[in-house]
Amino acid sequence: MSGRLADGPVIPNFGHGDPCVTGDHTFCWSWVKAHWGDTLQPALIQHVELTAIAIGIGFVLAFTLALVAHRYRRAEQPIGVLSALLYTIPSLALFQILVPFTGITRTTVEVALVAYTLVILFPNIVAGLRSAPDDVLEAAHGMGLTRRQVLTRVELPLAVPAIIGGLRIAIVSTIAIATIAAFLLPQGLGYPIFNAVKLPTPFKTEIYSAGVLAIALALACDAALVGVKRALVPWSRRTA
Amino acid sequence: MSAAAEIAFDHVTKRYAGRDAAAVDDLALEIPAGELCVLVGPSGGGKTTALKMVNRLIPFDSGEIRIDGRSIYDLPLIELRRGIGYVIQQIGLFPHMTVGENIGTVPRLLGWPKQKISARTVELLELVGLEAADAKRYPAQLSGGQRQRVGLARALAADPPLLLMDEPFGALDPITRFRLQTELLRLHREVGKTVIFVTHDIDEAIQMGDRIAILRQGGVLAQYDTPDAILAHPADDFVKQFIGEDRALRRLALRTLEHIPLETAVEAAPGARLSKHTSVRNAVSQMLETNEEQIVVVDDDGSELGIFRLAATGALL
Repeated sequence: MSGRLADGPVIPNFGHGDPCVTGDHTFCWSWVKAHWGDTLQPALIQHVELTAIAIGIGFVLAFTLALVAHRYRRAEQPIGVLSALLYTIPSLALFQILVPFTGITRTTVEVALVAYTLVILFPNIVAGLRSAPDDVLEAAHGMGLTRRQVLTRVELPLAVPAIIGGLRIAIVSTIAIATIAAFLLPQGLGYPIFNAVKLPTPFKTEIYSAGVLAIALALACDAALVGVKRALVPWSRRTA
Repeated sequence: MSAAAEIAFDHVTKRYAGRDAAAVDDLALEIPAGELCVLVGPSGGGKTTALKMVNRLIPFDSGEIRIDGRSIYDLPLIELRRGIGYVIQQIGLFPHMTVGENIGTVPRLLGWPKQKISARTVELLELVGLEAADAKRYPAQLSGGQRQRVGLARALAADPPLLLMDEPFGALDPITRFRLQTELLRLHREVGKTVIFVTHDIDEAIQMGDRIAILRQGGVLAQYDTPDAILAHPADDFVKQFIGEDRALRRLALRTLEHIPLETAVEAAPGARLSKHTSVRNAVSQMLETNEEQIVVVDDDGSELGIFRLAATGALL
C-alpha cells in the first residue's frame, strides 16, 4: 500500500491531470473508468470471496450446531450464549486478538466473519426447526414417520423460510463487516476506502465508488435470496 | 376393502406423574371388528389418553392393548403406526406439501410405486368428496372442512384396518360438522374399518357410534353399550345426567319409521304422509305440531306402508 502513496502524495493513483480528480470533486467518473481494472474490480472480487467463504463455513457450522441444539435441547443455551458473546466483541478488537494466533492473513479475517455469521444463523436455524406446529408433528409421529423422517420431511422443509431469512441478514451484515477487513489486509472493498481516507484530504470518488459497490453487492445478494425463497417455498403463497 | 381389526383394552391403567387421580383407570373394553366405537365423556375422563395409547403416542402403566389378539408392543412402533389411520382435531396437514403429497405420505413411506400412489390419491379424494384437481393445492388454500376431508383421506391412504379419530370435527362449524359426520358414517359403511372416535359431545356420540363407551373423571368406564341400550338403561346417575333428561326423545331419534311396527293402512287413511326414512322423533314432533293423532308412512315409490299413531310411541321405549 505504501507504493501507491509514494506515487501521489495527495491523489491516489495520480498520473493524469484530470481536473475533476486533482480538484477532488464530489464524484469523478473518469477516475472510476481509469481505475476499475486495477482497483475496484479486484476489490469487489476479493469482497465476494471474503463474504462467500464466511457465509459458507458459517452456514455449515451454524447448521450443524442447530441440529445438535434441536436434538439435545440442553445444548442450545450454551451455544447461543457463546456465539452472542462473540458478537459483542468489536470486529477491530477481534482481529487484533486473533493476529497472534493466525497472523495477518485471510484466515484471521475469516475467523472473525464466520463468528459473526454464526451468531445470526444459529438462532434463526434453531427457530426454523422449532417452527413446525405441534399438531403437524403429532400427525407426523402418529402416522409412523421415524424421528429422522420427521426431521428431513417435515421440520427441515418448514424451517426453510427462517433459514433463508437468517441468511439474508447474515450476508448483508457480512458484506458490511468485511469492509473492516482492510484494516488488516489489503483486500476487499474496504481497502480502497481505507486508502482514500488515509490521505491528508480524503479522496471522495474512491470512497463513494467502493461504498456504492458494497451496497450494490449486498442488495443483489439479498434480492437473489428472495428469489431462492420464492422458488423453495411455494406453499407459503396463499392463493386461495 | 381390507379387513377390519378387533381391538381389546385389557385392564389398562395410566397415571401421569405428579397427579393422584388416574388418567385411565383399569379400562377394559372390546371393540368388535368393523364397528365404530365412540369414547365420550367430560374432560378429564381420559378419552384422548385412551385413544393415544393405541398408537403408542402415550405409554400406559399396566394392562395390555391388543389388535386382533396381538399386543401393540409386539410390533415395531413404526410398523404399528403405519397400520393405523390417525385423524386429529387440528388436522395437522403438512403445510409444505400439496394435498396429494399429504395423502400419499404413508404409501410413500411404505414404498408403493408412484402410479399406485397417485391412483389411490384420486380414489381417496373422490371418497371424501373432493376433486382430483384438489391434489395440486396446498393446505393453506383450503377451507377447514376441506382440510379435515384431506386429513381423513390421508389417514385412509394405506387402507389401515383401524382408524383413530380424536375429536375430528370439533373445530368445524355446525353445518360442516354435520355434513362430515354424515359422510363419515357413509364411508364407514363403505370401507368397513374399525374406528375409535373420541368426542366430548354426547349428541355426536349417539349419532356416530355403533357402541359408546362413557368415561367419567379419573378415566373410569361408566358404561359401554349401544346408544339405544345406554339411553334405555343408563347404568347410573352419572350416565343419566351425561346423556340428558330427554333420553326418551333421543332414543326415538335413533330409529326411522321403517324399523318400527306399523298398523295396517286403510284406504285413504287421514294424516300426513311421511317417508319411511323419517326418524320416529321427527314424526312425533310433526304430529304434536299439527295436532294430529296419526301419520301415514310411505315407501320411496309413494306406496303406503302403514299407519303410526302418536299413542303407540310409548310402546317403542
